[in-house]
Amino acid sequence: MAGSLNNPARVLKPARGANKSVRVRPWRGVVLVCAGLYFLVPLAASVVFTVDVPNQGITFDAYRQIVSADGFGSSLLLSLELAAATIAVVLLLMVPAMVALRLGAPKLRPVVEVICSLPLVVPPIAFVAGIATVLKWGPEHLSRTPLFETFVALQNPDFPVVLVLAYVVMALPFVYRALDAGLRAVDVRTLVEAARSCGANWPQALVRVVLPNLRGALLNASFLTLALVLGEFTVAQLLGFQPFAVWIYSVGGSQAQLSVAVSVLSLLVTWALLLSLAGLGGRSRSASASRG
Amino acid sequence: MTVTTLEKAADAKAATVEFRGLRREFGPTVALDGLDLTVRPGELLALLGPSGCGKTTALRMLAGFEHPDSGEVLVDGEDVTRVPAHRRDAGMVFQSYSLFPHLSALDNVAFGLRMRKVRTAERRSRAAELLDLVGLADKGERFPHQLSGGQQQRIALARALALRPRVLLLDEPLSALDAKVRLTLREEIRRLQQELGITTLFVTHDQEEALSMADRVAVMRAGRLEQCAAPAELYGRPATAFVAEFVGTMSRIPGRLDSGVAEVLGQRLPVDGDAPAATEIDVLVRPEAVRVRADDAGTARVVATAFLGAATRVTVRLPDATEVKADLPTHEAAGLGSGAAVTVSLPERPVLVAERTQ
Ligand SMILES: Nc1ncnc2c1ncn2[C@@H]1O[C@H](COP(=O)(O)OP(=O)(O)O)[C@@H](O)[C@H]1O
Ligand SMILES: [Mg+2]
Repeated sequence: MAGSLNNPARVLKPARGANKSVRVRPWRGVVLVCAGLYFLVPLAASVVFTVDVPNQGITFDAYRQIVSADGFGSSLLLSLELAAATIAVVLLLMVPAMVALRLGAPKLRPVVEVICSLPLVVPPIAFVAGIATVLKWGPEHLSRTPLFETFVALQNPDFPVVLVLAYVVMALPFVYRALDAGLRAVDVRTLVEAARSCGANWPQALVRVVLPNLRGALLNASFLTLALVLGEFTVAQLLGFQPFAVWIYSVGGSQAQLSVAVSVLSLLVTWALLLSLAGLGGRSRSASASRG
Repeated sequence: MTVTTLEKAADAKAATVEFRGLRREFGPTVALDGLDLTVRPGELLALLGPSGCGKTTALRMLAGFEHPDSGEVLVDGEDVTRVPAHRRDAGMVFQSYSLFPHLSALDNVAFGLRMRKVRTAERRSRAAELLDLVGLADKGERFPHQLSGGQQQRIALARALALRPRVLLLDEPLSALDAKVRLTLREEIRRLQQELGITTLFVTHDQEEALSMADRVAVMRAGRLEQCAAPAELYGRPATAFVAEFVGTMSRIPGRLDSGVAEVLGQRLPVDGDAPAATEIDVLVRPEAVRVRADDAGTARVVATAFLGAATRVTVRLPDATEVKADLPTHEAAGLGSGAAVTVSLPERPVLVAERTQ
């Protein structure tokens, strides 16, 4: 009875939705064009400004200058290493934690959500001031202990671990949300139990069943973390390290044309990296599908 | 659809399962309150009861997903309470769709074999064989979202059988399906279970499903076993009023108990089984045992009729406002419209009685 009452509604709804989408379509185009203009016009203007030098015609000198400038490769590489390390650490930390949370203590979810969102409300300036204080305090008090070496290693300019730690904290809100959305979309408990009744132990259930079904969420989390690390300036600058964002700022400083070229370039680099990450994700998906 | 390598499962002796004094509380809720139950080798035992009575909890304890506060689970006399789920040797089909969304039907079925490190070629041929067994040999490359609900549950059944488990656990596997699919799948599960001779525990809240499929039905109520018997016995000789009313349709007619004889509807009928101590009792009657006759002098009135095909279910209100359901052959019920005056009588047979509840 209830089913037969529900049915007409279920049939009607999509039909109504379809009508609406047909009516709305021109608006979609308008919105898309507006948004496109908003993003593309300044970008195009920037590109034109950097390549069209008065009296010289079209020239890519500004870009050539950046790429050949001292530190381009090393700072970009440092940023990529930092991003890779941050993604690895934050995912290794958060994925098992969130799966365990969902299976074992769903009531704790709001608590964890609030904790993971805290970095959003702490301004980076305050955050970095705290870190700097600890870094100064530590060596003074621990100079006679092996921990002194730890503090030195943390701040190794070739690979500043302290930045990775800071970025892990800063990425928590985004990673939490991305993973939470992914976990909501699958029935983790049933999938794990089904895997276990098929003879899989806990790690196998996690790796073979849960992770593949979280692929989208993992990719999203990695995207957001990558974008965050590539664009992060405040913490790295104030702690005195030189990843890509800081280097770009220092190069572009004095010349107007160069600084615009630098921002265009950083945008393109970020896009290229995000696209390649997406490509990687897409490729492994189709590979897993065809394995059949 | 053949059973070839799978017959090995039947060769190995089927397992006995025993629940002993299982108890489990979730905070204030007592899910299991001392459940004792034995499942015989190779039988299909249906665990029947209203929603929330602890059926799923009992099944999950056998699967190893839930642990008892006290009591034990025995398989072939061996206590498995501490064995982790993945070594329990129990195949399970879940109520919700539980296929791995990222794997094709074939890979889903082969998943367990993969966990056991079976070689790829052997794994694929076994999985194909199992798909054939559930009648979906041609759907191996499909992904779960490309399959209907009934097909998904068939694949889930094949997946559960892939490791030749000693027990098969089915937790309301048909409840998400529509009526027609439910009927065919019901028969198919039963056929497969009999062919494989595998000890099976089937959880359901649908009494018709339990009665039509099972060798024996265990009726549960509030975490305890109420009665465990073959379907015919459960229907014909329910041990308690709860079972009587939960299994099939039962009407209560108020009467009096007088030295072991029930006085009801002006008749004196012997009592079936143990008579309760009270004198104010209800007589429990099945609709097919109630006789209704058109009678202008009758004091009972027809309040509703429902056409069921060969039979018509007539609801009659007695002078004391009790409603009684009776199944009459449709041709006899033709003259009985709503409001018709009738007399109600019972056949001269022993009747079930229960203490009056209100
Ligand atoms: N994980 C759990 N946490 C809290 N309560 C639970 C849990 N599992 C089951 N219960 C409770 O235990 C009782 C029995 O549940 P269940 O075994 O699922 O019943 P059934 O399958 O017969 O409908 C219900 O009242 C249910 O709310
Ligand atoms: Mg249940």
